Amino acid sequence: MKISITSLVMVLFILLTSCGGKEEKKEGFSVDRSKKTEKPTKVAPVSNEVPASKRVILENKGVGQIKSITLDAEIDTKMASEGEAIFKTNCSACHKIEKRFIGPSPKGILERRSPEWIMNMILDPKLMTEEDQCAKDLLIEFNGAAMANQNLTVEQTRSILEYFRTL
Amino acid sequence: MKKYNYYLLTLIGAAALLSSCGNQNGGGKSSNGALSSSAAEKVYVAPGEQDEFYAFMSGGYSGNLTVYGLPSGRMFKEIPVFSQFPTSGYGYSEETKPMLNTSFGFVPWDDAHHPDISQTKGVLDGRWIFINGNNTPRIAKIDLTTFETTEIIEIPNSAGNHSSSFITENTEYVVAGTRFSVPVPQRDMPINEYKGNFKGALSFISVAPDDGKLNLEFQIMMPGFNYDLSHPGRGKSHGWFFFTTYNTEEANSLLEVNASQNDKDFIAAINWKKVEEYVKNGGGEKMPANYAHNVYDEHTHTATSTMKKEVITVDPTKIPGAVFFLPTPKSPHGCDVDPSGEYIIGNGKLSADLTVHSFDNMIAAIEGKKFDGEAYGIPILKFEDVLAGTVKSGGLGPLHTEFDGKGNAYTTFFISSEVVKWKLGTWEVLDRKPTFYSVGHLMIPGGNSAKPYGKYVVAMNKITKDRYLPTGPELEHSAQLYDITGDKMELIYDFPTHGEPHYAAGIPAELLSSKSKKIYRLTENKHPYAVLSPDKARVERNGKEVHVYMSMIRSHFTPDNIEGIKVGDKVYFHITNHEQDFDVPHGFAMIGQNTSELLIMPGQTKTSLWEPKKEGIWPFYCTDFCSALHQEMQGYVRVSAANSNVPLTYTLGE
Repeated sequence: MKISITSLVMVLFILLTSCGGKEEKKEGFSVDRSKKTEKPTKVAPVSNEVPASKRVILENKGVGQIKSITLDAEIDTKMASEGEAIFKTNCSACHKIEKRFIGPSPKGILERRSPEWIMNMILDPKLMTEEDQCAKDLLIEFNGAAMANQNLTVEQTRSILEYFRTL
Repeated sequence: MKKYNYYLLTLIGAAALLSSCGNQNGGGKSSNGALSSSAAEKVYVAPGEQDEFYAFMSGGYSGNLTVYGLPSGRMFKEIPVFSQFPTSGYGYSEETKPMLNTSFGFVPWDDAHHPDISQTKGVLDGRWIFINGNNTPRIAKIDLTTFETTEIIEIPNSAGNHSSSFITENTEYVVAGTRFSVPVPQRDMPINEYKGNFKGALSFISVAPDDGKLNLEFQIMMPGFNYDLSHPGRGKSHGWFFFTTYNTEEANSLLEVNASQNDKDFIAAINWKKVEEYVKNGGGEKMPANYAHNVYDEHTHTATSTMKKEVITVDPTKIPGAVFFLPTPKSPHGCDVDPSGEYIIGNGKLSADLTVHSFDNMIAAIEGKKFDGEAYGIPILKFEDVLAGTVKSGGLGPLHTEFDGKGNAYTTFFISSEVVKWKLGTWEVLDRKPTFYSVGHLMIPGGNSAKPYGKYVVAMNKITKDRYLPTGPELEHSAQLYDITGDKMELIYDFPTHGEPHYAAGIPAELLSSKSKKIYRLTENKHPYAVLSPDKARVERNGKEVHVYMSMIRSHFTPDNIEGIKVGDKVYFHITNHEQDFDVPHGFAMIGQNTSELLIMPGQTKTSLWEPKKEGIWPFYCTDFCSALHQEMQGYVRVSAANSNVPLTYTLGE
């Protein structure tokens, strides 16, 4: 049964590509979709338990230069707005607030990660994905899209962290 | 007349003999040398290790400058200067097209000859490197933090800009002399009325000490000879500049014979400080001109071209004591000044000997007014009075000399294919080594400054023949590296070079590597079409002009689906690379692009013009393998008929 479906798809595909010059829009899309529906069975080689993006590991400080950060009870709004501007320029190409995009949304990140982990991840994503299990798993969960090192200073990174507290 | 013909014949005969011998003997000999373990150790730069010197080799007819490491001979970069370079989009992108603007319009190529690194107090300071365009006379400045061409100035009243681009001891000036004399101003006249009517312009371009901005300060209008090469005085001779001349016969045809009639041509000694003062005090004549001055701004990532309309010309006979001629035998080519500034070496290219003039003797002769006549009002000093000595080398066809800072000089011999080491002051020949084959220039890092780094000499050969695996009739040129730390030179390596390196400039790596820029800061990006945050990415239509404000980061474009483009539009893709990490450029290629791809460095904005000709869905993609998802870095543009009403939309991930 499965074989006949695949061969049908292939025949259709050949037919379609051979008359690519003519317009056969809708059929083209449906073939694409039927191909897609076959695929999902193969996805999901996730590491162990909860997906990395959902994992809560507040005690993990990550790997890198940030060893300990204490957050004031009050959010520093000036610092947060500076952080927002830096985030917009350097991070928003891949991180959207309202949705999962190339990378995860930073919304609620402080409920899952320690401030140190977050700053280490921003400051040296390569080191983190090499040496921190959670960062490693995130890379796999997000399609192998490696986070870019944007060469931010500790101060800039700290202000992004403050911005994340407002989300 | 007859005598000269015989002499020439003998030369040619000797050349034929020598070069044919060189081919047979040389090949075997040198391969033995290169295999010896000590030579291998000297050039071996282990994986992950870095070279000791940068070598900047002119590209000759490639129009560019290449960057090599010494002693490894590894090529690191080709810096586009005078030629369009599709690899990066230089000369194709909207931002860099103005760099190649001239009074002749857009000139996408030149013949780049003599690089020279900026100096302070006669010592290499590694701020900039300058190089001349020989064909359409221009001088370029390359910033040695970005290794990018940032300024090009055209030289008016000049042709065959060859005795260029050499700088004075504190980079006060970069100097450009004309090889071909021409009518000034240019006019329609019979060619054979050259003699006495053409002029040879020597141009002094000031370099601003802070930002290096170039300005053509004055041109000295010399008699219509060919000004071949030049070098500045240094130390005690700082303030003087020396130019070799040939064709003092002022022949306009068959120069091969007719420019070799005089037994001696001249080295022109120019007291530029005197000329500078004269101009400062209102001397010289303002003359209408038309020449391009192109400046690249690192913050707008954009070049602008301005046409300059005036130049100050100076008649050297009106400034007493500013210009003298030093008789020098046999059409001298190279003009080199030793690190102390005392010796001026003129290599008579049709001679066997080197002529060394003494600066002190020259000053004494000038003060004693010991003149031997004049040429077009310029005093000629007596040869015997200025001569310091003659190097009887036994070689043939001396061209160029460099210095090791230990009292030795190294001269190339084109016809006899060798480098000869000799001693300054005693003029004795200490050593000679063959080159393979027909060497032109040679280079010791800092070898024409007050402080040479005399560890290696690189010989740049004009003929390659059998040195490498054959690649059809056209071969890369061949360079040879010699260790010069011992009494005798030792050939330790061969490596191919790109284009035709005429001259090169070397500098210790640590003077540049720590200052080399890694990224452009997005926050410093002042490009008018930059998008500094992806939410500002957009597409705007203005009549038939469409501006795509696009951003890119690993591994997507924002936006990546664009609709509402029409056949006949002019679509400008202004693309900003949002990476801020070292060595993460992205490329941009659009199907049917009539310009070239763009290679955009982190934090940089570049623009490509695309003029869609056919309806359809046309893809674009990133050309630089940037991440594991590089193959996913692509997008589509929908092109509709000119009269369609498909709305302009742009999306990402929808």
